[in-house]
Amino acid sequence: MELIYVAAAIMMGLGGMGAAIGVGILGGKLIEGSARQPELAPKLQGTFFLGAGLVDAIPIIGVGIAMYLIFVVAG
Amino acid sequence: MAANGDSQTVSEYIVHHLTNLTYGKLPEGFERYDGSVVQAGGQWTMAHGADEITAMGFNAIHVDSMIWSVGLGIIFCWLFRRVAVRATSGVPTGLVNFVEMIVEFVDGTVKDTFHGRNPLIAPLALTIFVWVFLILMDLIPVDLIPHSLMLAGVEYQKIVPSTDPNITMGMAIGVFVLMLFYSIKVKGFGFVKELTLNPFHHPLFIPVNLFMEVVGLLAKPFSLGLRLFGNMYAGEMIFILIAALFSVGVFWLLPAALLQIGWAIFHILVITLQAFIFMVLTIVYLSMAHEDH
Repeated sequence: MELIYVAAAIMMGLGGMGAAIGVGILGGKLIEGSARQPELAPKLQGTFFLGAGLVDAIPIIGVGIAMYLIFVVAG
Repeated sequence: MAANGDSQTVSEYIVHHLTNLTYGKLPEGFERYDGSVVQAGGQWTMAHGADEITAMGFNAIHVDSMIWSVGLGIIFCWLFRRVAVRATSGVPTGLVNFVEMIVEFVDGTVKDTFHGRNPLIAPLALTIFVWVFLILMDLIPVDLIPHSLMLAGVEYQKIVPSTDPNITMGMAIGVFVLMLFYSIKVKGFGFVKELTLNPFHHPLFIPVNLFMEVVGLLAKPFSLGLRLFGNMYAGEMIFILIAALFSVGVFWLLPAALLQIGWAIFHILVITLQAFIFMVLTIVYLSMAHEDH
């Protein structure tokens, strides 16, 4: 039964790492793009949020499943 | 499962708040929560616990999700219709202003992204955006409605329909069906050609192409539905966990209240973002289905 906690921890950890790196790269590109063309900044920001939501999708699904494992499956 | 009146442990509290009100058919011979055994022919009833829900199988309905989702949809239609009837060409104020803002925003997004001709897309986008946005229901304090309903005799309740994977996958499958319908309607046989001759343009590679394209095609509704579900479920879970923190001790009351407020503010952003993403992805997929080279 204890292995379920380890499994959930690995799911959340790896997912979080992937999401953080992905959104970090995206944010860096946003800052760079805004610095080059400040008039495009609002549009770039909108696209950034869209991209962040897409990058976050699988890690958040992983977090949801991991929480389900911890609280509902493992009692 | 703790009976009413006993003190529950934290996990029981959490599990209780994560259970939907399920209506289904129990198989015969099944021993119920209160000790009675189901007679022959099965019995249609509300579930009383997690193992009863599992025994009901696939043909069980989550009554609370259905009522909340249909109810919120009706409220949205009624509200927007009332405003639309009152709209004049003068300067809008108040509720009319708010509704116009939303409609203009959705209209702008559809115009930017959709390259075909279809009067269905913009209203569909508006419906998806506003309905998902009504997940603001998530911000009502965790115990308020479920506890009042429990006093009225309804034992389980989850008031946010998007935390039910059935609802989100249902919406995603609806979008998928629309995608297929418009692909076949606009492209005809070209749709099959597209599935079988991309990316390798040689007839010999048809099985490989078909496999890759079908996987890509199926990934779309799957990820669409599960993304919304994952976000909402994780958010609800954290609300429940912080709520469980209230029971630890008097010292924790103030930090727990601050945490609830902080997480609620962050969750508003998440809900808006997820509604926006669901809408934009729907428009993009339908736009891809309308592409006529």
